[in-house]
Amino acid sequence: MSDAHASHDGGNHGSVKSYVTGLILSIVLTIIPFGMVMSGGFSTMTVFVTISIMAILQVLVQLVMFMHLDFKTEEGWNVGSFAFTALILGILVGGSIWIMQNLHANMMLGG
Amino acid sequence: MTTQTLNQHDAHAHDGHEHHDASEMKLFGFWVYLMSDLVIFGSLFATYAVLMNGTAGGPTGKEIFELPFILVETFLLLFSSFTYGMAVLAMHKDSLSQVRAWLIVTFILGVGFVSMELYEFHHLIVEGFGPDRSAFLSAFFTLVGTHGLHVTFGLIWMLVMIVQLSTKGLNDMTRPRIMCLSLFWHFLDIVWICVFTFVYLMGVL
Repeated sequence: MSDAHASHDGGNHGSVKSYVTGLILSIVLTIIPFGMVMSGGFSTMTVFVTISIMAILQVLVQLVMFMHLDFKTEEGWNVGSFAFTALILGILVGGSIWIMQNLHANMMLGG
Repeated sequence: MTTQTLNQHDAHAHDGHEHHDASEMKLFGFWVYLMSDLVIFGSLFATYAVLMNGTAGGPTGKEIFELPFILVETFLLLFSSFTYGMAVLAMHKDSLSQVRAWLIVTFILGVGFVSMELYEFHHLIVEGFGPDRSAFLSAFFTLVGTHGLHVTFGLIWMLVMIVQLSTKGLNDMTRPRIMCLSLFWHFLDIVWICVFTFVYLMGVL
């Protein structure tokens, strides 16, 4: 498996540098949310928004740096299927929470 | 579209190329499996989100989650993801002994993660906060337990790969398997990011 071979069909295998970058970014994106929650010195809304953003960022970092998700591999079918799954997840998770919250509010269930 | 691409490749495939395409197809097939697995985790996350307030007089997340413990677990899994990446790099350099060494390091880190999770579960159950205590705990055990089971199966797969590398070495059969396990292992780390953020951190918030 020469480098030339790997690059010409788009198989991006990364390098030590990309893995180390991914690791350092992941560590930072892990420590900040844990630190915020454990210190408890911030308003709930601030923490909620910040740790959500950090989680999304870290998922993206790992998708790109560790899993090498890009548009070249399999002519974009990887990214395409991922985008489709993300859509399904959005409908599934968002929809479930929406419906159940609505039911909860309308039926005045205890607890 | 996919078959079209396949045929095109086959039409002018040389020997070396054919193997490469076959392994790329395996990887893509495995990727599609991971996407379906993602939907399973998505449904479990949705279930958890719906049930997380149903504590039935039992403990809330704030009372039972120990963040420093979870932070250590998180780092074990994160570093194992990194060391697996090192194994893949070693594979592309055709260094069998290095691949095996990195896989063993990854395996040990993974065992550490699963052991900590088992300890946490055992601790909760002994205190009377098992999955039968409340809807919140049922959803919690199902979601985190499903992830833990995935990691356990990843560890078994890794053990098999370490043995296969010893008996068969690096070839067209073992290489795609190592790449698939790589995707699986990184995928589990990504799912864990969502677990520690939405279950543990937001539970304590």
